[in-house]
Amino acid sequence: MGAVAAFALSLPRRVPSVIPGFGPTMGLTLAYLSLIVLLPLAALVIKAAGTTWSQWGAIVTDARVLSALGLSFGAALVAALINAVFGLLVAWVLVRYPFPGRRLVDAVVDLPFALPTAVAGIALTALYAPNGWIGSVLEPLGVKVAFTPLGVVVAMVFIGLPFVVRTVEPVLHDVDLELEEAAASLGADRLQTFLKVILPSILPSLLTGFSLSLASAVGEYGSVIFIAGNLPGVSEIAPLLIVTKLEQYDYVGATAIATLMLAISFTLLLVVNLLQKWRRGRMGG
Amino acid sequence: MIGIHEDEARRLALAALFAVVLALGMAALMPGAQAAESRTLLNVSYDPTRELYQALNESFARQWKAKSGEDLKINQSHGGSGKQARSVIDGLEADVVTLALAYDIDAIADKAKLLDAGWQKRLAYNSSPYTSTIVFLVRKGNPKQVKDWGDLVKPGVSVITPNPKTSGGARWNYLAAWGYALDRNNGDAAKAEAFVAALFKNVPVLDSGARGSTVTFAQRGLGDVLLAWENEAHLALKEFGSGFEIVTPSLSILAEPPVAVVDKVVDKRGTRAVAQAYLDFLYTPEAQEIIARNFYRPRDPDVVKTTQGIFAPVKLFTIDDVFGGWTKAQTAHFADGGVFDRITAKK
Repeated sequence: MGAVAAFALSLPRRVPSVIPGFGPTMGLTLAYLSLIVLLPLAALVIKAAGTTWSQWGAIVTDARVLSALGLSFGAALVAALINAVFGLLVAWVLVRYPFPGRRLVDAVVDLPFALPTAVAGIALTALYAPNGWIGSVLEPLGVKVAFTPLGVVVAMVFIGLPFVVRTVEPVLHDVDLELEEAAASLGADRLQTFLKVILPSILPSLLTGFSLSLASAVGEYGSVIFIAGNLPGVSEIAPLLIVTKLEQYDYVGATAIATLMLAISFTLLLVVNLLQKWRRGRMGG
Repeated sequence: MIGIHEDEARRLALAALFAVVLALGMAALMPGAQAAESRTLLNVSYDPTRELYQALNESFARQWKAKSGEDLKINQSHGGSGKQARSVIDGLEADVVTLALAYDIDAIADKAKLLDAGWQKRLAYNSSPYTSTIVFLVRKGNPKQVKDWGDLVKPGVSVITPNPKTSGGARWNYLAAWGYALDRNNGDAAKAEAFVAALFKNVPVLDSGARGSTVTFAQRGLGDVLLAWENEAHLALKEFGSGFEIVTPSLSILAEPPVAVVDKVVDKRGTRAVAQAYLDFLYTPEAQEIIARNFYRPRDPDVVKTTQGIFAPVKLFTIDDVFGGWTKAQTAHFADGGVFDRITAKK
């Protein structure tokens, strides 16, 4: 009897869908995605298509462009790593420990999503400027945050935090406490339990949060522009260079940088996706 | 059967509701559809003129009502000068543009052909009904003793100015410094470049716009000197109180923010007469007084006399005299690979 049941369960089953009609919903999905995402991106690529490859290459390999791209992607990477660590911590605390005011803390996590980015930038600059609350403490220690690349990282950490918390939280919620108890009863210490039991199950969502945080930080303009100092070659982000080109009515130059950023971001997201797939394959899940 | 009828009726009702909502939405989106009898004008301007045009518009609308009986509503749009010009090029229907630089209106004429290339000759004084200049805002008591441009390149003097690559106002700052250096060095361009390079070595932050720089200087407490439009400096004094004072250098640039009617738009919207009257109004004594009260320098000689107390005397040079016009200055200094890129790359 048990064997029959197990066999029946192992047979592939057609999962009944909640939304009826695959055809219409798929059609709608594709049309919607095309209109909202693909069409604007296509317009961007078509605008850039007016340049030859050598022109395009000359624009994007300019020393100033390279340094701005380096800052944008470098700072975004650092910010995403910080978010991955501390976002996980925040999610952990929110899921595992009931404490007074938890709902409030939970709501605070979403604030960077809700706040207009320019407002965030101005507020952060006010805090970290040499005469601001935090800046005035750091300044005597020789740490300059506002108007340096470090300020760029701070702004990117701010806007990227909710991505990690919100993607990790539900998964962490689903991790069975019993698994941890089992691990403990088999003699694993807490670090082992975390590394071998908990981390593998939340890693995919952590990676997703990381890549979302990274992607949004790369393109971030509003909050970064106020705190960055915008000095050429030092604290100038790539989106600012795009604005600079537009200010000269140089649409070609602006789209050239934009397409390169798009390509890099897309590649990064793809790599993260592949990593996840590879990991899932190894886990046999 | 009844069920089907009900179903059909519900569908019909839904469809009707949808049609009504759609029609309402379209009507709301259609420009001018809801208020055919009252006229509107759109003035696309740059950032620091918001208060100025609020005062001017009120006065002009009153005059226009008295003359033609028509209710006139003038809408204002403000933003960075270059960004505003791009919006007009991309289809924002501006009846008139009142921007920070002739270069930006040239771009509208050149890229979108919305007005012809000779637009700047159409109105008096290079189509600039008011002028301004670049002055210094320093902290109370002027602790670094900044009196003139020469003091800005001294070591230890920190200067705040926006980025000339993104801010029209900052281009005036830069060119003013350049003009001063040329004047002091008998027109030696290499020495002027060295001077401006030394000045920008003293700049710790390049904000993207003029208002951002004012905030950096006045609220964040950064820098010893803020390079600013004269009207912005007066406004900052009014807004941020007594912690600052204005220093007017011995020599500065005559900033001429130009205005123009956008031909293609006014012909399409049938607003040419009122748009033209609006710009002509800017030259009348009444408007010139409002202009002076908003700390822009008026053109009308009589108004200049009566408002002399507001503005410190300063020797002024024009961009045409020293740089041969905006387009030339733009290409030589601010285009990619131009002088500004060169001096900031050296850092």
